[in-house]
Amino acid sequence: MPTLERTLPSHAAPRRQSGWAAAVGLLGELLIIAGVVLGLYVVWQLFYTDIAANNTQQEVVDSLDWVAPLEAVTAGDAITVIPDNLKFDPDTAPVMEEPAFMTTFATMYVPRWGSDYVKPISEGVTRKDVLDTLGIGHYPGTGMPGELGNFAISAHRTTYGKPFNRIAELKAGDPLVIETEDAWYVYRVTEWEIVEPTQVEVIAPVPDQPGAEPDDHYITLTTCHPMYSAAERWVTHGTLEYWAPHDAGVPAEILEDAS
Amino acid sequence: MIFPAVWRVLPGPAWVKALLLVLVILAIVWVLFEFVFPWVSVEFGIQDQSIETGTAP
Repeated sequence: MPTLERTLPSHAAPRRQSGWAAAVGLLGELLIIAGVVLGLYVVWQLFYTDIAANNTQQEVVDSLDWVAPLEAVTAGDAITVIPDNLKFDPDTAPVMEEPAFMTTFATMYVPRWGSDYVKPISEGVTRKDVLDTLGIGHYPGTGMPGELGNFAISAHRTTYGKPFNRIAELKAGDPLVIETEDAWYVYRVTEWEIVEPTQVEVIAPVPDQPGAEPDDHYITLTTCHPMYSAAERWVTHGTLEYWAPHDAGVPAEILEDAS
Repeated sequence: MIFPAVWRVLPGPAWVKALLLVLVILAIVWVLFEFVFPWVSVEFGIQDQSIETGTAP
């Protein structure tokens, strides 16, 4: 067997460099590393957060056993559409207790955003625990679905699964359907506005009228504006058209092709 | 210099060094994606969308 003799390759021998050249070389390497890290941040923010959050949100929806099976809904077979005599006036709507932080208590269907759009709604609007992972968050202390007052929710418009990505496409009269374990709530879009991030009156019991006694069953969606920025907020309001018991069927609105 | 130093520190023949390098890079990317970047995004308010209620951070 031949003896393996280790010889030091010539290029591994330390080269003589002036201190100045070494400093410039080190700076260059640090800049290369910084550039790669910044590039990775963009990849993470624009692509990876969508993949991770969509997976989490789909798992959450799948784990709720009362959610209408979307495959059956979109296939259109064996589905009972809620009959008119089981559509009830907003004033009689059942209102659930506000759940604990991070609890998923409802799902949302928006036909304008596609017949396969269904996202979970969870309690709280903190970034790390709710909005970056669970999707749509409910502002604590605002109304619950169907409540006299303002059911106010928030979600990302870009990245992290972007639940409210197409909020600018909503038109007055578009249905926003909320499903809970006990009931369906069908809201209709009324108006939208662009506000400063500090304008908390948009989620007041009567939107934009802080201190006013609640006079209707509002829903308010807030998200960032312009896209990929945090400078302003896009806010869409709506009011409750009717509610129905959960076992009455599926609202005809989510079966419609809105586009 | 950093890059030659990393290459020298890694043990074994060239193909082992290359394999280890890939594993080290993957580990660094994982730490950045799972811990560093989420923290940066929240801490510096990039991509915020909620109305500032004063209760939520």
